[in-house]
Amino acid sequence: MAKRQYAFYPGCSSQKGASASNYLTSVESMCKTLDIQLTEIPDWNCCGASISYAEAGELPRHVMNARNFALSEANLPGQDIVATCAACWLGAKESKERIEHSSQLMADTQEALKEAGLSIKVMPEIRHMAEVLVEDFGFEELGRHVKNPLQGLKFAGYVGCQTNRPFGIAGENFENPMYLDKIIETMGGEAVPYDQKVTCCGGALAFSEPDKAQAQIKDIIEAAYDGGAEMIVTPCPLCQANVEIYQGHINKKYGTKFNIPVLYYSQLMTIAYGGSAKEAGLDGQVIRAPKLEALAK
Amino acid sequence: MSANQEMAVRYKNNFLKEVEQQVEMGEWVKMCMQCGVCSGSCPTNFHPGWEHPPQEIFMMIRAGKREEVLSSPSMWMCTSCYNCIVRCPRKLPITHIMHGLAEYAYELGLAPKVQPTKNLSKLFWENATKTGRINELTFSLGMYFKDAEGKINIGQGIKKGLEMQKVALGLLKAKRLNLFEIFGGHKCKDQKGIHAMLAKAYALESKRKGRHVG
Amino acid sequence: MAEEKKFAAYICKGCGLGDRLDVDALAGVAQKEGKMQVVRQHDFLCNADGVAMIKNDIANEGVTHIMIAACSRRAKTEAFFFPNNAVARTNLREGVIWIRPDTEEARETTQDMAEDYVRMGCAEVKAMTAPAGNANTGSNRTLLVVGGGLTGMTAALEASKTGYPVVLVEKSGQLGGWAAKLWKRIPAHEPFKAPADTGIADMAAQIAADPNIKVYLNSTIAKTDGAPGRFVVQIATESGAVSTEDIGSIIQATGFDLYDANRLPHLGYGKSPNVVDQAGLEALAKAANGGPILRPSDGKPVTSVAFVQCAGQRDTSGEHLPYCSGYCCNASIKQAMYFKDSNPAIDTTVIYTDLRTPGNGEDFYRSAQEKGVIFTKGKVGSVAPGGNNCVVNFHDLILDDQNAQIEADLVVLATGQVPNSGINIDMSAEEKAEEAAAEAAAAEATASGAQPLQFSKKVSVLNLTYRQGADIPQFKWGFTDSHFICFPYETRRTGIYTAGPVRRPMDMVQAREDATGAALKAIQALENAQLGRAAHPRSGDLSFPKVRLEGCTQCKRCTVECPFGAIDEDERRFPLFNESRCRRCGTCMGACPVRVISFENYSVDTVGSQIKAVDIPDEFSEKPRILILACENDAYPALDMAAMKRNEYSAFVRVIPVRCLGSVNTIWITDALNAGYDGVMLMGCKHGEDYQCHFVKGSELGRYRLSKVGDTLKNMNLETERVKDLEVAITDIDNLPRIINEYAQQIVDMGMSPFKGF
Ligand code: SF4
Ligand code: SF4
Ligand code: SF4
Ligand code: SF4
Ligand code: SF4
Ligand code: SF4
Repeated sequence: MAKRQYAFYPGCSSQKGASASNYLTSVESMCKTLDIQLTEIPDWNCCGASISYAEAGELPRHVMNARNFALSEANLPGQDIVATCAACWLGAKESKERIEHSSQLMADTQEALKEAGLSIKVMPEIRHMAEVLVEDFGFEELGRHVKNPLQGLKFAGYVGCQTNRPFGIAGENFENPMYLDKIIETMGGEAVPYDQKVTCCGGALAFSEPDKAQAQIKDIIEAAYDGGAEMIVTPCPLCQANVEIYQGHINKKYGTKFNIPVLYYSQLMTIAYGGSAKEAGLDGQVIRAPKLEALAK
Repeated sequence: MSANQEMAVRYKNNFLKEVEQQVEMGEWVKMCMQCGVCSGSCPTNFHPGWEHPPQEIFMMIRAGKREEVLSSPSMWMCTSCYNCIVRCPRKLPITHIMHGLAEYAYELGLAPKVQPTKNLSKLFWENATKTGRINELTFSLGMYFKDAEGKINIGQGIKKGLEMQKVALGLLKAKRLNLFEIFGGHKCKDQKGIHAMLAKAYALESKRKGRHVG
Repeated sequence: MAEEKKFAAYICKGCGLGDRLDVDALAGVAQKEGKMQVVRQHDFLCNADGVAMIKNDIANEGVTHIMIAACSRRAKTEAFFFPNNAVARTNLREGVIWIRPDTEEARETTQDMAEDYVRMGCAEVKAMTAPAGNANTGSNRTLLVVGGGLTGMTAALEASKTGYPVVLVEKSGQLGGWAAKLWKRIPAHEPFKAPADTGIADMAAQIAADPNIKVYLNSTIAKTDGAPGRFVVQIATESGAVSTEDIGSIIQATGFDLYDANRLPHLGYGKSPNVVDQAGLEALAKAANGGPILRPSDGKPVTSVAFVQCAGQRDTSGEHLPYCSGYCCNASIKQAMYFKDSNPAIDTTVIYTDLRTPGNGEDFYRSAQEKGVIFTKGKVGSVAPGGNNCVVNFHDLILDDQNAQIEADLVVLATGQVPNSGINIDMSAEEKAEEAAAEAAAAEATASGAQPLQFSKKVSVLNLTYRQGADIPQFKWGFTDSHFICFPYETRRTGIYTAGPVRRPMDMVQAREDATGAALKAIQALENAQLGRAAHPRSGDLSFPKVRLEGCTQCKRCTVECPFGAIDEDERRFPLFNESRCRRCGTCMGACPVRVISFENYSVDTVGSQIKAVDIPDEFSEKPRILILACENDAYPALDMAAMKRNEYSAFVRVIPVRCLGSVNTIWITDALNAGYDGVMLMGCKHGEDYQCHFVKGSELGRYRLSKVGDTLKNMNLETERVKDLEVAITDIDNLPRIINEYAQQIVDMGMSPFKGF
């Protein structure tokens, strides 16, 4: 199959040395196997995430995303923008829809972009990496590359919010999306059923309202354990961080003994495609995943 | 006259109209049919619940309860999980209305003084727009060294910092937090362009909403 | 007709019957025990060749009585249609092979079952005669429509367009009813966004121009005599003159009155001219004629208006209407638009506890929201009238504010519909006395203005000369009785249909639909009457009850119990059957203590002889026998469908379909127990408030009668469990086999009946 090319939007958290850098490492390995070429959008800027609303207002937020669209189309014309971060994808996709929907907003956006010497001529598509895998490749194709099936490992596919709502992956059900479970199974692992698959991890409120967020995170982890999972898998850097790094706090507060690794789908895929623990960024786990490391070539 | 008083006078206590014109997606408020699905779907509306869950906020807006709505901590509790949006039978963009109300309350100076999410939002945006990208270290440091009212408070920062020490150490060990970011870290090249673009965007938005350019 | 009877049995081997059963043995049973003179087997009885064989026997062999042992009587009815012969169907397919396992052990009991059914079929056909049809028919094709509102006008126009002459009687001086009083109506067409023209003027013009419709204004019905196809109706006109019309069937579309808002003084009605009901607002809107609606107190344009939903409705205190009228939420939405469409600045608030907008009302509701109507969920406690405006005090149910208030220039009360159905003929003597006492008490206490709530009227609408009363029986709250789910227009008076809000509360869209449906049913009824055939649910049945007056004791049970008022009394006080009013339910037959009522194809004997025909094995056989009398409307089809799903059940049961539980004569049960049956199951439709019975009262009357069977059991020293009464719905396809099996087990555990072999 021919090489597939996408304009890449890594987002702030997936940069080198940032909180989701292990995500980036594994995505790069995964893309090598799948013959995907990701070209970073030159001089991309922050998407604004969902939390900036109070300070940013509407137009400035959309304009930030619009700058990325303009840069992408100018430098990588015709390529879909692919984001790995769920929040970036959602924020960008939302801006795109709003701008396209309102001629007023489009005019204002263009006017602001002019200040940076840019303009939108063609609106690029905005895709999440999971979307690319499911739609452009399909499970059958993804499965063809498996060399080291994750036999016997049990994962809780934690979809969370932002790849699922409000847009979601085409054809999925908001209340019970299946794409992540299917990826796990395609890689030879077992996706356990549990009832907090789409519960919110608290998002940015993990910073500002830790009690509320941690109560939700506790529910998610508890359900994953109850379902018999050994590891949690997610498509979102914020989910990954929130569910992974607060386990110590939660244990202290609730007297639990949580110590469950939280991984990205791309890490699973890298291992299943025969990659090493390092190529999968497994050394980047705060809670290490020994079972997956043991399986890695 | 404060921005708040000015708006109150301009809309002559027709708060619904004010929301429709000033708040992002505010024109949807009148379409709520009070089914309560949003409040029942909201993850942070439990133990304890919001002071006024979304359904109630919409009713209060229609009942003209301006001060109560705008000074409420409720909409600041929104995690942007979009549960309400996908379930609302009337397809109200509830998440955005919550954000919009928070933004408007903040703009008018009515948002609660003690509101960590408000501080977070401010910090995040400032951090992001300064260089074009988020600097996770200064962002978290900023978050943890500010007290509840958003003022720098070293004492509290140290306490929180200690609480977060383990988290930070873990991230450091995993090479997911870079102490060198304190010296600048990730940034965009065309920062000047970004700043000019944003200044323009602010100006346009304020003009459209009839707000003072602040 | 040849008096010579010749009996023939036809046994089918198709559909697997030949493989599963010993058909030769069945033929032997038909011949020796069933005494059939002709017995034939066929590989595929319902095909052309099989049917031709039967027809040939009728034509050339003189066969008069036909017993078909094949599939359920509900299958292949067209193939086995022999209108000039008595035909019995015995059910070997759904009744035997499909509900039994195809195993070696089951073979014997399955064959036993089939042989019994052949015996029963033979016994039944011998007790039958072919229905000769009702000679006492009328052939009038004119429809009478009582009520000239939207429903009545629609029914008249629809019937006329179908080619039937119509007599339309309206008590007021003008056509249009409530609809004529409206400024605009709730939209009935896409996009359901704005109030629409009522279309009443146009309809009235169409009626005036239609030579097929004869209109009586300012007129009422003085007397209705006769039966479907031959009603004689006297119409009293304002002048006092009485005209007589010959009528085939009748539609009563007498509509509703608005609930009396004077009963709502706490909501300010009567205390301020600025508090109106929905009719009051329509009058203001008509007066405004598209301009601003004016405040009654001072004639200034209204700047704020509040709508109070459910005023005097959905009440749990017993003082006001307990039900939801279903149309008034949409009506308030429409009226709110009168204001918003003319001037968006008018504050328009609808205070509701639940907003109920059936049909396309949801779009209409949304449109009102888009136009800026404010909807507030709250319960209004009181309306305080001021000089030129009012204060509505309510409990805000979302914000839980007990003391919420809205000020408004105008307050509109959404009161409900009270049916115009005439007198309540079922009211007992005590109820009448109670009502009179309450009225007397109220008359004394007029100062308080508290009149007791009454649903029925003092004046009859139809003035029927029927023995059972002058109007259509009512269901609840004055609405006329109709089988809500299956036959909504059908009343308990054959050939008389009710439509519109007299039947249940409804809006104009529903009323038009009702009117059209009722018109078609009324046409069907007069056509059926002409042919001497039954109306639903036994439509097409030519049999009718015949009474052997020599044996009648004048006990009057039949005249009282007939759910359809078909039986009057003659001058000697004997029952007088009006065949065209009869639905052929058999309730009279079940009721008659001396068993002198019968149908040619259904009688105490046709069922009784089947019960007796079953071979009862002795006490030591370990083969109990359970008789099932199953209602043919729901229970029997449910059993058939269970068989189609191959749900298995006990081989100990023998099922006989009955027309209705009401037709079950207790003698059948006594006979069965005496003959040594070990158990009897009665399967009939649900009765009571949410009845499912196709004959409305049949199953209730039947059950009442059967409740007395306990004494019989006691006298016989038998356990009460040996007779079981079951409510069965047509959906009980999976339950029924399970219940049958549990009962069979219960009987086995109880032990065999001691009455065997007597
Ligand atoms: S998006 Fe916000 S308001 Fe909506 S359910 Fe989630 S947290 Fe609640
Ligand atoms: S779910 Fe939608 S319609 Fe229902 S109360 Fe919430 S916002 Fe209103
Ligand atoms: S459908 Fe009835 S009559 Fe026809 S072959 Fe089957 S059992 Fe016989
Ligand atoms: S339709 Fe509406 S106003 Fe009328 S009774 Fe029902 S709920 Fe009340
Ligand atoms: S009880 Fe039934 S069968 Fe008897 S007269 Fe009345 S309607 Fe006819
Ligand atoms: S029930 Fe029988 S005995 Fe009684 S009046 Fe009727 S026909 Fe005569």
